[in-house]
Amino acid sequence: MKEIVQQYLQENATGDLVSWKCQLEASHRFSLPLAKTEELILEARLLPARYQRNRDTFSIEQQRKLFHSCVAVIGCGGLGGHIIESLARLGVGKIVAVDPDIFEEHNLNRQILSSVDFLGWSKVALAATRVADINPAITLIPVKAAFTAKNGKELLQNVDLAADALDTVASRLELAEVCEEIKIPLVHGAIAGWFGQVLTQYPGERTLQRLYENLSQSIGAEKKLGNPAFTPAVIAGIEVAEICKVLLGSGQGQTGRIISVNLQDMEMEKIEI
Amino acid sequence: MPMLVNVKLYASFRTDRFAMESRHYPSETTIRDVVHELSLQEDELGTILVNSRRAGLHAHLADGDTLALFPVLSGG
Repeated sequence: MKEIVQQYLQENATGDLVSWKCQLEASHRFSLPLAKTEELILEARLLPARYQRNRDTFSIEQQRKLFHSCVAVIGCGGLGGHIIESLARLGVGKIVAVDPDIFEEHNLNRQILSSVDFLGWSKVALAATRVADINPAITLIPVKAAFTAKNGKELLQNVDLAADALDTVASRLELAEVCEEIKIPLVHGAIAGWFGQVLTQYPGERTLQRLYENLSQSIGAEKKLGNPAFTPAVIAGIEVAEICKVLLGSGQGQTGRIISVNLQDMEMEKIEI
Repeated sequence: MPMLVNVKLYASFRTDRFAMESRHYPSETTIRDVVHELSLQEDELGTILVNSRRAGLHAHLADGDTLALFPVLSGG
C-alpha cells in the first residue's frame, strides 16, 4: 500500500514538490489522513509544496524531523498564539496547546488567535481551528486547562519540548520543574512593554530556575507596561527559532544564557547566567 | 578605597537612567545601596547578577565587578 501511494505521489510531483491539491487527492484516493500522506511524502524524499520556501533553511530530512516532532505550547495568549501559528506553518507535526482561558476584549491588541467575532470562545479551541485552516496535515491537541505541577507530567507525556508562553513567574517555575522531572528541553519567553527575554534549557541546566530564584511571587513589569502587539510577535519568533534548533539537534552549546531583547533601543544581548 | 563598578541596567530600568556606566562607589557598598542610589524600587527588582552570577541585595560589591539589574518580565 505504502509503495503504491508513494508511486502515485512520485508520478504527480513536480520535481520533488507535491502540491496541496495532489496531497488532498492522494489522501482521498487511498483513504488516508492528511497527516499520513504528509509522512509518506517526506519519507519518499519529496516535499509538500507548501514548504518550498523553508529550504534550504531546512533539508527534506529536517522537514521530516519537524513533522515527527511534538511541541507543547503552554499558554495560548500573546506568545502562545504566535508560536502555534509559526509551528503549524513550519510543519511541526503535533502541537499540544494548553490554556484554561477564553478570549476577552483586552486580548485583541496583540493575541493573533483573537478576533471580535470570537470573544468569549476558548483559546485552545480557536488554536485548533486556526491550525486546521493553515495546515490540516498538522495535529493540534487542545487542552482547556491550567498547567500545574499536578497535571503537568500527564500534559507533557510524549512531548519532545515545551514552549513557555505562560504569564506568571510561579507557573513558569512549575513548568520548568516538570520539564526537569521528565527530562525534556524547555524554551522560555516572557514579555513586558518594549522588552522581552528568551532562554532555552536542557534537563539539568536549571537556567530558568536561577533566573527567577526567589521571585516566584513577583509581579512582572508588564502589569505597569502592558504588552503591545509587536513584542509578543518578536519574542515568539525567537522562541520558535530556538525550538527548531532544539528539535533538529543543533541547539546544544547555546544554553546557560538568556537572550534579552530591548525593542526601544533595538538591542539583543546574550547574557550568561 | 573607592572602587569602580560597571552597572548595567536592562529593560525599563534604563528609562531616564542609562544602559551601562562605570560608577565610583566607596568600599563596603552593597547592591541595595546602588539600587537606592538609582531610585529603583526593590519590589520591581528581578534578577540581580554580579559577574554573571545571581546575587542578593545585601551582597557587597568589589572593585571591577559588573552588576546587572533586571526588572521581572513575566508577561505572555
